[in-house]
Amino acid sequence: MIGLSHYMALSAIVFCIGVYGMLTRRNAVAVLMSVELMFNSVNIALVACARFVTPETVTGQAVAVFTIAVAAAEATVALAIVLLIYQHHRGIDVDRVNFMKW
Amino acid sequence: MDSTALAFYSLAFIIIAAAIFVVTAKNIFHSAVYLIVALFGVAGLFVLLQAFFLAAAQVLIYVGAIAVLMMFAVMLTARIADAGVRHTNEQVGTGLLVSLGLLAVMLYSLWDSPFQFSGAPVAEGAGLTLGRQLLTKFVLPFEIVSVLLLAALIGAVVIAKKDDTGRAEPKAKYPAARALREDPDIVRKVPR
Repeated sequence: MIGLSHYMALSAIVFCIGVYGMLTRRNAVAVLMSVELMFNSVNIALVACARFVTPETVTGQAVAVFTIAVAAAEATVALAIVLLIYQHHRGIDVDRVNFMKW
Repeated sequence: MDSTALAFYSLAFIIIAAAIFVVTAKNIFHSAVYLIVALFGVAGLFVLLQAFFLAAAQVLIYVGAIAVLMMFAVMLTARIADAGVRHTNEQVGTGLLVSLGLLAVMLYSLWDSPFQFSGAPVAEGAGLTLGRQLLTKFVLPFEIVSVLLLAALIGAVVIAKKDDTGRAEPKAKYPAARALREDPDIVRKVPR
């Protein structure tokens, strides 16, 4: 029987894969893809809770709608910033984009 | 093993494999394609959880908009898709350690957390309930999210707009002086 813990475990695994990608990729677009993976893992957890904890009032699904909207806004602005950085530096290696550091 | 378990395990396998390929693929374009596979798998999980509206929204927004946006970014930023460009930094060991440690902590806390299950089946009109909740209980966050999306739209346009200041040829302040500097004999050429 597939229960809540199965979905939670899957969510944790996908989240940690996203963390690994975010820490190790050099390409800014790949970092953004890892962030999208993490967003999706959180959505899995939210919808699973909506299914198994509060099936009558689907509160988790409502929160997941907001998560998707925020993820869309984040992707839009972040990709605009990536394109701007590429125009100025001819590259989007996140290890070298540190001109705001000092 | 019943059909639900079979569907869950195959979807979970697809999602995890695609996610691993997303973070390890050498070619960034392959990463984008594997991301689409993972997003479709998550949509399948939503169907399995009887969240049909969210499954449709997942396909429309993530697969239809965000993944295509990612592909646009990959294509517009050339040279990063080349093979031979190193795609990971020096933190592979540390990143692996951190993510595996985080996974261990998460699974351990999941192991004996007392979830309060509700045995009730999913109500008949779950989509109706969702829409009603969005416009009653969650109406304030709903409006705030709409303002956020508008702000992100305007912000993306403003950020990505090509600005002419700085890189373009600076406008000559005194065109006559510049003409004189380029051609000193220009004074004699002026008709009297």
